[in-house]
Amino acid sequence: MQRAARLIVLALLVAAVALPFAAPTYYMQFATKVLILSMLAMALNLVVGFGGLVSVCHAAFYGIAGYVLAISAPKYEPASLWLTLPLALLASSAAALVLGALSLRTRGVYFIMVTLAFGEMLFYFFHDTQFAGGSDGAFINLKPEAMLFGVNLLDLDRARVFYWVVLALAVLTILLLHTITRAPFGRALAAARDNERRARSLGFPIYRVRLAAFVISGALAGLAGYFAAAQFGFVAPEMLGWHQSAIALVMVVLGGQRSVAGPLAGAVIVMGLEETLKGLTEHWKLIEGLIIIAIVLAFPSGLQGLVARVLAEPESDHG
Amino acid sequence: MDLATFAVQLLNGVQYGLVLFLVASGLTLVFGILGVINLAHGAFYMLGAYVAYWLTLQTGSFLAALVGGIAIAFVAGLALESLFIKRLYGRDHLSQVLLSYGLILVLDELRHILFGKDVHSVAPPAFLTGSFKLTDVLSYQNYRLAICAFCLAVAAAIFFVIARTRIGMIVRAGAENRDMTRALGIRSDRVNRLVFATGIALAALAGIVVAPISTVYPGMGDQMLILSFVVVVLGGIGSITGAAIGALLIGLTDTFGQVLFPSFASISIYLVMAAILLWRPHGILGARDV
Amino acid sequence: MSKIEMLGATRRDLLKGAAAAGLAGAFPLPALAQGAPLKVGFMLPYTGTYAKLGKFIDEGFRLKVEMLGGKLGGRAIEYVQVDDESEPAKGTDNMNRLVGREKVDFVVGTVHSGVAMAMAKVAKDTGTTLIVPNAGANDVTRAMCAPNIWRTSFTNWQPCFPMGKVMYDAGHRNVMTITWRYAAGQEDVEALKESFVKLGGKVTEELYLPFPQVEFQALITQIAQKKPDAVFAFFAGGGAVKFVKDYAAAGLRASIPLYGPGFLTDGTLPAQGADAEGIKTTLHYADDLDNPANKAYLAAFKKKVGEEGDVYGVQGYDAAALLGIGLDAVKGDIAAREKMYAAMQDAKIDSPRGPISFSKAHNVVQNIYLREVKGGINKYIAVAHANLADPALGCRVAS
Repeated sequence: MQRAARLIVLALLVAAVALPFAAPTYYMQFATKVLILSMLAMALNLVVGFGGLVSVCHAAFYGIAGYVLAISAPKYEPASLWLTLPLALLASSAAALVLGALSLRTRGVYFIMVTLAFGEMLFYFFHDTQFAGGSDGAFINLKPEAMLFGVNLLDLDRARVFYWVVLALAVLTILLLHTITRAPFGRALAAARDNERRARSLGFPIYRVRLAAFVISGALAGLAGYFAAAQFGFVAPEMLGWHQSAIALVMVVLGGQRSVAGPLAGAVIVMGLEETLKGLTEHWKLIEGLIIIAIVLAFPSGLQGLVARVLAEPESDHG
Repeated sequence: MDLATFAVQLLNGVQYGLVLFLVASGLTLVFGILGVINLAHGAFYMLGAYVAYWLTLQTGSFLAALVGGIAIAFVAGLALESLFIKRLYGRDHLSQVLLSYGLILVLDELRHILFGKDVHSVAPPAFLTGSFKLTDVLSYQNYRLAICAFCLAVAAAIFFVIARTRIGMIVRAGAENRDMTRALGIRSDRVNRLVFATGIALAALAGIVVAPISTVYPGMGDQMLILSFVVVVLGGIGSITGAAIGALLIGLTDTFGQVLFPSFASISIYLVMAAILLWRPHGILGARDV
Repeated sequence: MSKIEMLGATRRDLLKGAAAAGLAGAFPLPALAQGAPLKVGFMLPYTGTYAKLGKFIDEGFRLKVEMLGGKLGGRAIEYVQVDDESEPAKGTDNMNRLVGREKVDFVVGTVHSGVAMAMAKVAKDTGTTLIVPNAGANDVTRAMCAPNIWRTSFTNWQPCFPMGKVMYDAGHRNVMTITWRYAAGQEDVEALKESFVKLGGKVTEELYLPFPQVEFQALITQIAQKKPDAVFAFFAGGGAVKFVKDYAAAGLRASIPLYGPGFLTDGTLPAQGADAEGIKTTLHYADDLDNPANKAYLAAFKKKVGEEGDVYGVQGYDAAALLGIGLDAVKGDIAAREKMYAAMQDAKIDSPRGPISFSKAHNVVQNIYLREVKGGINKYIAVAHANLADPALGCRVAS
């Protein structure tokens, strides 16, 4: 089974790399969007699935990184990727550090509500003030470029290149999260989730472990947000809003919270569903809502649980 | 700002706070007793306003809309509880968040199908249409004053029920220690159903009551939801008195925020919340762990 | 040798054939194209605070196409609708959906200025023909102007600039403004200030609230406290209904007159009722404009939709007229874009709002009327500024 799983992963990867040669541009851009959102969902899952902390403010970190690109990009020239990407990640991590330090003082449902409220605070910061375009949002006229010795290494203007870059980053995100969750740090995080009192008595610095996870997850959400902003060339406050966070949570739950790459499958399904339903009916939200309700009631552990039940053995990471 | 203007703005803030309390009381009640986070609470507020518009149009009487709207919301609450919500008791918060998020999407589309997507205004009852002079140029609608009185009456009724009745006893016990009440086997199905339906009815009631002063529009529930969450967190989850304090605090912060630093009115609300949570992580009157 | 030559020749011929086929696929030849319907994508707000505006633009466009015999440039028209929800965040995505997935030939949209800017950006990148039937964001036909971007409505500057003179002439010297804090609101206030301050008036305070918030009570109280000579307000749709009603309920209607661009009272009068009576606004249209084109439009709109036509319907109506002129000039062959755009540039349309033409920046040149709400309609009083063209600052293309 392990071997079969590996083969499947390999086949999927090859298919993903080859996609631009088969799909029309619109669907390639769509796939890029799905990958970007899956990065947000996977980042979120480090906190939600592995840390047991239901954060409803990750869209804020996603949006902040996008805004950093929008603000730092010159109007008529492309921004430098080497400069703006680290800056964006730094801003997202800093926001995650501050919000995390405050919210992690609370537990359970307070944590949910506090993260929700802090996320909305950042939303209103960009929505209500004239800073960076207010409720109208802001444009990024040109895609960032990665110059090295006068050569642009990544021509992000080409949809194909952009897609491959995002694909590579999604794979890197999976590998990074895979490593983190299997390291002692990840074990401490999981121990605190399963039994906080016991983890504390075993001497784990729970607060610091959780805060570190929150910051890593915020930074990865920022990575996704940076490329989301670059793809559309536009940022708006809604990027930080709680509906965005809620959709990421749906992806996490659908894909399975205990698997690193599960949210990727969740993202594919949610986005694919939306795209199909939008074409079918004006009332697609009704159907999406009913499906979400059905999933929560029928498959509490998501796809991962479903697959596991079918195979009746522990599931590997491909979701 | 002279004293008269200050007094008027104070009145504006208190009136806004009272409406917030009405919405938040239902939310905190449902959470305090049932342990369920209901993100769809704002959607019921919105639906209440649309039902008020529709019933006023059909019957020509706002009072009929008020009574009818509450009845419809209550019945809808009973039905939803037995269909969905009761399966959430004891489940993790994440499931509750998601299920109620799904419910928002469904309710929003139902509103679209049933009432359309137009913006409407609702006429207040005839005997409250007038206004009285506050200053030489400024008048105040009688209806706004009536809202204040009405909200105070509802608040008094809630407090009476909580202080003097058996259900109230369970609410208080729930806010103190939910696990204990659960362990004592108090969560009979009927009480749960009634509590959830009451929570929904309170949200709808708020929507109906504000319909004449706030236009009825599709996105009206969203902002209200987040604000009532802030109110509930500030006051302490499950505490009705806390919700009242939180609601007034937010109403005043928002009103004076708009006047004093217009760009930061919404942000100031969350800053107040952050400050209070730093001081008391479980809200002003919240029990320890939830 | 000869074999190879033959092979070479065959291959070259094959390649030629393939190229011709490819060309035909990319740029349909007129003869082939006559049969296929043209796809027009409506990207409009079908839900939310601007839902009714979106509906009227949509209906106005379809009405004009019907009146032109159901065809533009000899080709049938097919419609694709996308709800933009007035959310700038979804603007690029929705526009890509129309251009990339639905493969529409033209896009018509939208109401919200922020969304329109996102659309203009995609249109500029992809070269898709875009006709803006409402959003007034100045930049669409200023910095963003392009050969393929057209506007049949107005720039935010147009209806507000003449208002400065109107208010000054009415004897007002100290004026307060109130609007939503977004591009349209700010551009409106700037345009008013430009003319009003130049004449010697003073804007004592500018009040803003976040879009699309409608809790006006605190700000109305502030107006009552400061007691300016008059108030200039810009809101539209549901926000306009609520503001006008709240303003009247606070008793300010009698003591501090309300002015604004026409959107304050357009398409909203049934809901505003008596509270809107006496409000003076400036706009490129008035309900009772006495010209044959307007009478024909109003009668046909009423017959088709069952509601009174308004300015939003006119803007959709004129969008179809403009597109019709362009397509007629090329007989429906959309590959001849230059020729089509040249015809649209020279278009002189006998619009329900009076005669209109197009500036080099592709924005409409039109009369701005002063109107007053009387008996539930926006009654024409005078021409506030004839044939007003937007200054089109920063438009570098100017076709």
